[in-house]
Amino acid sequence: MSTRNLTTLLSLVALAACTGVMQTTSSKPPALGTPVGAAEIARWDISIPPSGAGLPAGSGSARQGQQVYEQKCLACHGAKGAGKPADALAGGVGTLASKTPVRTVGSYWPYATTLFDYVRRAMPINNPLSLTSDEVYAVTAYVLALNGIIGEDAVMNAQSLPQVKMPNRDGFVSDWPPRER
Amino acid sequence: MDEKSDGRRRFLAQGAALAGGTAFAALSPPGAAQEIAGQPWERVYGAPFTGYGQPSKFEAPVIRHIGRPYGDLAPGSGAALSPIESLEGIITPSSLHNIRSHSGTPDIDPKEHRLLIHGLVARPLMFTVDSLLSYPMTTRTHFIECSGNSSRATTPQPAQVPAGAIHGNAACSEWTGVPLRVLLEEAGVDASAKWLLAEGADSAHMSRSIPIEKAFDDALVALYQNGERLRPEQGYPVRLFLPGWEGNMSVKWLRRIKATDGPTHTKDETSKYTDPLPDGRSLQFTFEMGVKSVITRPSSTMTLPRPGLYEITGLAWSGAGRIQKVEVSTDGGATWTAATLLGEERPKSFVRFRLPWEWSGKPAVLQSRATDEKGRVQPPRKEWTARYSPDMRYHNNSIVSWAVGADGKVTHVYA
Repeated sequence: MSTRNLTTLLSLVALAACTGVMQTTSSKPPALGTPVGAAEIARWDISIPPSGAGLPAGSGSARQGQQVYEQKCLACHGAKGAGKPADALAGGVGTLASKTPVRTVGSYWPYATTLFDYVRRAMPINNPLSLTSDEVYAVTAYVLALNGIIGEDAVMNAQSLPQVKMPNRDGFVSDWPPRER
Repeated sequence: MDEKSDGRRRFLAQGAALAGGTAFAALSPPGAAQEIAGQPWERVYGAPFTGYGQPSKFEAPVIRHIGRPYGDLAPGSGAALSPIESLEGIITPSSLHNIRSHSGTPDIDPKEHRLLIHGLVARPLMFTVDSLLSYPMTTRTHFIECSGNSSRATTPQPAQVPAGAIHGNAACSEWTGVPLRVLLEEAGVDASAKWLLAEGADSAHMSRSIPIEKAFDDALVALYQNGERLRPEQGYPVRLFLPGWEGNMSVKWLRRIKATDGPTHTKDETSKYTDPLPDGRSLQFTFEMGVKSVITRPSSTMTLPRPGLYEITGLAWSGAGRIQKVEVSTDGGATWTAATLLGEERPKSFVRFRLPWEWSGKPAVLQSRATDEKGRVQPPRKEWTARYSPDMRYHNNSIVSWAVGADGKVTHVYA
């Protein structure tokens, strides 16, 4: 800071001390967010709740999804979702109350919409956001069919996916609001 | 630093090194340099300034305990645990803070990063990082603990690893940022909004649902950690911070908050971060981290060199608020003594406890038991284990036991 600037600053501080002009009693924070339009929001909003609200256009069946799976998922999730090195995606139904529970999409996940949401936002791990909506629907259908939850030719789309009832749909107890511990 | 002053500094350093060596030796009587006590580093000019400080090279063994469940396939997925056995006080150095990441650490350009707030709001808004930095700031000291911390204490046999490798998926920092409620009020949250969906800009787009009550209570949109801007692995340039709640809800690299009428049931609040019960059902949305403590010294893999006086010390914390007391037992829980506390006035913060202990040389089992201001008491391990399915890995706040052998060796035991 130059001497001249420093002098100016000191004068201002002195002025402020005398008159209080640099202080404010307002606690209103600055409103610095900028308005966003619906089209822009649509590019960002990728979360899909159980109602299926926000599911995109497109569709796919398990038969179509098998190709996507074998190309982009099998290396980590194993043949037919058997797992290793990454999580198993199929099997385990009926094991949850046992001493060795097997928690997969089929045995544990309560909503099929979560599968679509997660595949679209995070998979494949080395190239997320790369699958088309048709591919996400198809690979979702493939994993659901591996678990026998839908048939191989059932078509998953914005209407049918939220209708899928997962085997462990009623297996969760909400702890919010919190119970006493 | 400009080139000129850098050059001048180097010149001084070289000159001093020369002066400390041959030049002065020639002028001084033989043996004179030995008369005044002084180590070799007292006889040479010291290292120049550095722009960003590093610890002593002799502290190189103090590093995070890194766990990579997927190996080289996904080297940034997993956790790096804080070496709490080597640390003191209540603030975790940022470089040794625990890390839990789902798809590695993204390399985010703060000029390009945006935070979108939308959903059930009157005015959907986009924020730049610069704009967030212009709001009045709030600073608070809080712990953050991964819900899966201490999962290594759920294995059939007690792991013989340092305390931090089991219980170090927690850390405590001073966090500075904008209260989330300020941004939500600017957007005008609708009365019908009961939850928020928070989403990160990592390649997992890690997302969690958060009750709106928490957002209007003590949630921060954090920009600084321990006085400096967030570290990349802690969410640079902006993260959510939900004091006392399971760590991954404090979404790092925050890019979007959507006000919703219900929870979104994301992958990390259904398939993971749910607490399996013995009957096959699972608890969902168990947000608050329980009251907990762990003795950090002496602890597993250490050795007491001789009988005599030691200080038992460790950390305690509670997601419900302040720590009220920490008791220490040296006889496996038969008798308890209240320890001295440091930092207990801070809610949802690490508290340091200390208790002097005269070790007789006979075998001992060291335990600590914390109680918080809500009257909640850290449970014995058996009691905690009985509540859940055998594969429960989250929210383990049970009492930790370290056995001291007659040889002074400290081991991890289940007691």
